[in-house]
Amino acid sequence: MAMFVLALVVLVGWKLFQGSQLTLHKFGWRFLVQSDWDPVNENYGALPFIFGTFVSSIIGVLIALPLSVGTAIYLTELAPNWLRQPVMMLIEMLAAIPSVILGLWGIFVMVPWLRDWPFPFLKKTLGFTPFFQGPIYGVSILAAGIIIAIMILPIITSVSREILRSVPDSQREAAYALGATRWEVTRIAVLSYAKRGIFGATMLGLGRALGETMAVTMVIGNRPEIAKSLFAPGYTLASAIANEFSEATTEVYLSAIFELGLVLLLVTIVTNIVAQLLIGNFGVGKRVPAGH
Amino acid sequence: MNCVKTFKNLFATSLAFGIAATASAQMLINGAGATFPYPIYSKWFDEYAKTDPSVRFNYQSIGSGGGQKQILAQTVDFGASDGPMSDDNLAKAPSKILHIPTVAGADVITYNLPGNPTLNLDGETVANIFLGKITKWNDARIAAANPDAKLPDQDIVVVHRSDGSGTTYIFVDYLSSISKEWEAKVGRGTSVKWPVGLGAKGNEGVTGQVQQLPGTIGYIELAYAVQNHLPYANMKNSAGSYVKASLESVTAALASAKIPDDFRFSMVNPPGEKAYPIAGTTWLLVYETQKDATKGKKLVEFLNWAATKGETMAESLNYAPLPENVQARVLARIKEIKY
Repeated sequence: MAMFVLALVVLVGWKLFQGSQLTLHKFGWRFLVQSDWDPVNENYGALPFIFGTFVSSIIGVLIALPLSVGTAIYLTELAPNWLRQPVMMLIEMLAAIPSVILGLWGIFVMVPWLRDWPFPFLKKTLGFTPFFQGPIYGVSILAAGIIIAIMILPIITSVSREILRSVPDSQREAAYALGATRWEVTRIAVLSYAKRGIFGATMLGLGRALGETMAVTMVIGNRPEIAKSLFAPGYTLASAIANEFSEATTEVYLSAIFELGLVLLLVTIVTNIVAQLLIGNFGVGKRVPAGH
Repeated sequence: MNCVKTFKNLFATSLAFGIAATASAQMLINGAGATFPYPIYSKWFDEYAKTDPSVRFNYQSIGSGGGQKQILAQTVDFGASDGPMSDDNLAKAPSKILHIPTVAGADVITYNLPGNPTLNLDGETVANIFLGKITKWNDARIAAANPDAKLPDQDIVVVHRSDGSGTTYIFVDYLSSISKEWEAKVGRGTSVKWPVGLGAKGNEGVTGQVQQLPGTIGYIELAYAVQNHLPYANMKNSAGSYVKASLESVTAALASAKIPDDFRFSMVNPPGEKAYPIAGTTWLLVYETQKDATKGKKLVEFLNWAATKGETMAESLNYAPLPENVQARVLARIKEIKY
């Protein structure tokens, strides 16, 4: 079975590689570092998409990580027993919301709210940095990051919780025996023990964030441009593929989209391998959900 | 027990029917392509099945790019496209491919302004807005044609399609025909490099974005604007009059557009007092010489039906039917198909 999955990935990768031959030859490495995306003049560069993918995913992880780890700590160390299961269930239900539904909610509820309250507030307080300047449209890289955070929260939380639960009680007991307070026990005995595992959980979340398509497309503004401001619209690799594939009429155009797919596949695979290595080394690999 | 028996009977009957259907050798005609005409095509296939039960159509609305690719690869019996095939692509075909125009649609310019006024716009102004050269709603160039509208001192936010689409093709084709600068900087295509603006997926995405964000302007299919009660601008046509988009004004545009013999034409900004300038047609793509004689015969029968009876169904689905002069030419073209 495992071999079958591996073969599938290799096959997909090979197909993408074949499909992108034209642009691989025409543009070479320029494809990765050029920021012009012009289907009319057949000039393609993936940099704005790579940028948008990474920035929106990293924002997502930065928002989701403290929330997830906080929730995981609460659930394993602090919450009364009767509360743990229901809360975990609610969080896992969040993962069951289809991406497109979350996107619709994003476009009709979240984005107008962000535009009217949090964004102007951020502009007022942090507007002196280049990251919070410029006109506020609502749809933006930041909005995409927030949607991504909501989507990866469940996976980071549940994996982190498994990892915290795998911390042997002897660790906690030893810390208590040394006279540590509850917070010190959590910080020294539990968190430092689980550190790498949580990092792995984060990487799993990041892996999911990188490939997120529908919800992101609906709130990111789909503009292939590299802007400093997080209020500016952006574009991701996955969104570009979803948007432009169906009407790609020329061979070079299609090939460019295949190459976007190839780049995305490689980025996701590398992220997931790193995550698996870290979690695997940590010895809780068996209990970790299979990711995606 | 009874239940099981009934079920068994049912199963037997359906099996028998199945066999009967296969025995009558129902023919399957495969097509793929454009999404814009999908609603009317699927209605045609349904209705046509009633007139000729021996054929069944399977149409995949995978986009014009896919439609062109599949007809070239001969994996479908007909393709469909919102833009005409390029010379390059036609040269790749194993034999001659015919363009058969079916119905036309219009793009309207919609916006989100206080009071939802009906604006008068001309192509030059729209091009300048989409080029990012007109950035405020109370710009003199907009105000000149709209003395009665209260235009706010507000930034214009451009919304365009993020996915490749025939709607975009019609719109940029129009802007290119009006503005030399647009043609040089941006050009024509189902997706282009937009100088400014936000991208939204699908007509519904653009509609949603325009409804959500004050000060936006975008282009959508006429049908969407009508269904969602959005305001849309009267556009200045080449005769100099401001025309409201409607099925009649689109058909009028088709009637006065210059249509070349191979039907690979653009009907934006045609002459004619009543013509709405931002309109386009959609095509079926078929080989002039059909390989499979029986299938080819059935396909031609269907095309004839579509160009006559089918056309009468267009308006109920918000598509503009072909005017008589074009219809006659299309029917003549269908006759040329050999099988």
